[in-house]
Amino acid sequence: MANHAHKLEIFRGLIKFKSNTQKIWGVLLLLSIITAVEVVLGIYKPTSLMTPLMTPFEGGFGALFCNIIFSGFIYMKSLNLLFIVLTIIKAYYIAWDFMHLRDETKALRRLVVWTSIFLISYLIFILLQEAGYIESVYTNGFVKRDF
Amino acid sequence: MDSTIVSTGKEGKTWGGGNQPLKSSYGKMMMWFFIVSDALTFSGFLAAYGFSRFKFIDYWPIADEVFTHVPFLHGQELPMIYVAFMTFVLIMSSVTMVLAVDAGHEMKKNKVIWYMFFTIVGGAIFVGSQAWEWATFIKGDYGAIQTNGGNILQFGEYRTVEGGDLVFKRVAVEEFTTATANERIQHENKNGLWFEDESALPAFSVNDVYHGLKAHPSILVRTQTINEDGEKTILSREASLSQVKDNGKRYVKGANLEVNEYGAPLFADFFFFITGFHGFHVLSGVVINIIIFFNVIIGTYERRKNYEMVEKVGLYWHFVDLVWVFVFTFFYLV
Repeated sequence: MANHAHKLEIFRGLIKFKSNTQKIWGVLLLLSIITAVEVVLGIYKPTSLMTPLMTPFEGGFGALFCNIIFSGFIYMKSLNLLFIVLTIIKAYYIAWDFMHLRDETKALRRLVVWTSIFLISYLIFILLQEAGYIESVYTNGFVKRDF
Repeated sequence: MDSTIVSTGKEGKTWGGGNQPLKSSYGKMMMWFFIVSDALTFSGFLAAYGFSRFKFIDYWPIADEVFTHVPFLHGQELPMIYVAFMTFVLIMSSVTMVLAVDAGHEMKKNKVIWYMFFTIVGGAIFVGSQAWEWATFIKGDYGAIQTNGGNILQFGEYRTVEGGDLVFKRVAVEEFTTATANERIQHENKNGLWFEDESALPAFSVNDVYHGLKAHPSILVRTQTINEDGEKTILSREASLSQVKDNGKRYVKGANLEVNEYGAPLFADFFFFITGFHGFHVLSGVVINIIIFFNVIIGTYERRKNYEMVEKVGLYWHFVDLVWVFVFTFFYLV
């Protein structure tokens, strides 16, 4: 392990660090900046980000398909979408540089990442979909809640 | 690494041992398997939180209004500052951990010791902050009335703040309510049946709160319902009075698994469960880190001529940090 080789560039080679220690501090800086941006946005909640970016498509199967593809932009406040994207960026740098996934073989990386991504996406889809249905029953059905 | 592998005399054969699929040692690979399965557990919890939240999407508590406290800054509303601090502490301890791993690769024992030490300190600060956050949440601050339907009615009034704007400010129930003599006393097991008792009675009855509300014309009720502006609905004076009189069931303060003065009890349940499970991971991470720390000090890895154990516990520690990044987003930000 003593002569372990580290890959020292991040941002696809845009920034190349001289040593592994330097890379660690660089990644810390990046993570801190992202967290600071999240906190500031979370406190001030700019009104321009409080609405979804797009309105739903109307009519036909194509519109339904587009609504699914762009669901993040249509049904989510852009602030929340931004938070989730920033979180995934943070997760990427923690896994790649702190957990050294960047230095592992491609097969191990894919084994870890794609297994999680497929299973978690499915889980999120099925649970949020069902929750939306139950919410619609509460709202549109004859369920009294205001008492 | 070679030194950790016992020679079987069958080297070179496929099943003879000593092979490293994916060029990763057995221990590291198993740690990755564990991490993937644990990640699925956590995503199960967070997805379940999402399920409950989507079910009550228009009634869910707003996290910014719940977690507003910072130690030593009593009475100030500073949403998210303390959680941001906790996040930073955890990221920082992740950095010292990765520096320890790096120093281990270079076989610098003293550096490993110091970086491990800072990692443990960071973990301890995080767990302590988590405990404080729990205590504050359990204690509660303003108090509220729970209705027969399980909804929460909070109280507040419009006040002019600097700049001349009229802003709705929360008022604690204690500020406008006086407790009256209550004929209902707490049943303890020393009176009557020895195996029957009950928990402490609420400080005020609904009737007390109603009379207090009636005597203070500026105070209004705020319901759980989120309106189009993303804020909780504030009722008119008449509606406030009738809500408390007709639907009020009991006075609640703070949060536990059963009631939650901030809104849906499910919010408190998931808060305790998810941050508790994560906090338990941090705690066990600190314990494992301490064990490895002492192993480094007594020179176990120096003799073994590799610090892979530090790397493995490091993987776990970074994973805990990784999970916190998601908990932070989905509990406090979104």
